[in-house]
Amino acid sequence: MRPTLLAATWLVARKDLKIEFRTRTAFFAVLVFAILGVAIFYFAWDSTAVAAVDLAPGVLWVIFIFSGLLSLQRSFGVEQADRAMDGLLLSPIDREAIFLGKALANLVFVAGILLVTIPAVVLLYNLPLGRTLVILFAIALLAAVGLVAVGTLFSAMAANTRLAELLLPMLSLPFFVPVVYGAAQATSALLAGRPTAEAWPFLKLLIAFDLVFLFACTLAFPFTLEE
Amino acid sequence: MSVLQADRLSRAFGGRRAVSEVTLELHETECLALFGPNGAGKTTLLRLLAGLLKPTSGAARINGEALRGDASARGLVGFISHQSMLYGALTVRENIELAARLHGVADARGATEVALREMRVIERAQTPVRALSRGLQQRVSIARALVHRPRVLLLDEPYTGLDALGAAALTATLERLRKEGAHGGATLVLVTHNIGEGLALATHAAVMHGGRLLRLERREELNSASYADEYRELVGGAA
Repeated sequence: MRPTLLAATWLVARKDLKIEFRTRTAFFAVLVFAILGVAIFYFAWDSTAVAAVDLAPGVLWVIFIFSGLLSLQRSFGVEQADRAMDGLLLSPIDREAIFLGKALANLVFVAGILLVTIPAVVLLYNLPLGRTLVILFAIALLAAVGLVAVGTLFSAMAANTRLAELLLPMLSLPFFVPVVYGAAQATSALLAGRPTAEAWPFLKLLIAFDLVFLFACTLAFPFTLEE
Repeated sequence: MSVLQADRLSRAFGGRRAVSEVTLELHETECLALFGPNGAGKTTLLRLLAGLLKPTSGAARINGEALRGDASARGLVGFISHQSMLYGALTVRENIELAARLHGVADARGATEVALREMRVIERAQTPVRALSRGLQQRVSIARALVHRPRVLLLDEPYTGLDALGAAALTATLERLRKEGAHGGATLVLVTHNIGEGLALATHAAVMHGGRLLRLERREELNSASYADEYRELVGGAA
């Protein structure tokens, strides 16, 4: 009996995570990039001209987007070598399960990067987060889902082209604008100590983006596989 | 009813027709040996029959079901190509077990053990695929294609890179699959440049050139002694 959508999604995600855990090269490369990015922004910062709470949201989410892009590029790279993707396509699983499995593995990967990047930004910029740190992680999770949904689809589209490294950012970045906007505005409201209700419209934007693009990208994914 | 059917199957890449109006029909336990020079369209035809490529026109069917529309029909196919379709970072066992689980094999671990033993790679089961030689990777790739006991097996030059032991194991496994598959004997399509090797297994033989099937006949209708000469004459200087 062929695997259900959920079972197949888990098989694909587990396989990707196992491969990443074995090699670890991509994770550490992206982590180093993120930490270096945070450090460079810190040293370029004039603390007398711009307050930390004004600068930090922009730094965090710009670093998040670019390190996320780096991590997404490897997603379909592992399938290109020896045409392992054909093995997935020959199996009777739904094509959507390949997308969802890849997206789930990418989400874990990006969440791992955020788990290190957020504390790094908080410590370097001495941000007064306190209990709102939990809300910041919730914003990060919502932003990560949006980034991964769109990025996984475009990663699949770009993988079969000769200019994959260039094409993925060109295709994805315009779609990431609502993610960066929503996440940065919600973070700003939190850091400025304004009531959580002021961050709510931006959280709703992120939730709506996640729902729409997760659904649309899952449906669109099978068309990216046509040769 | 035929197990594998191609109905006026065509595929073009840009303006070039790689496969043109190919029609064939194979029943249970039949084996088609497909010969042709480089660029004849053999690999494209196999990818069309496997459902990996969308035909420009025509259709490929397994048990009467169109491959492109029916996910379950895809599960009846096994495909061995030039590329191993394996993950280098995973071990031999993990690769085969993943394929078994993706195909919904009830006892994935048991089926993995059987496939590894058949292709004589059981002693390398814990080795990452990237640490294996090209020949051993080919054996693992064959085990991956066989683990779910496919009803239709498409083989694109499967003997390439195999040593005598690997080639013997493959021949024995193919013979067994044809005779005692899980649902009756399997149907095979074997692409090879070695005419002797192909005819040894075949019930049918075909020659492909310029995307077209030039000749398709039953094994008993052809003269194996003169077939190589006839083939060279048919494809001209391309052979």
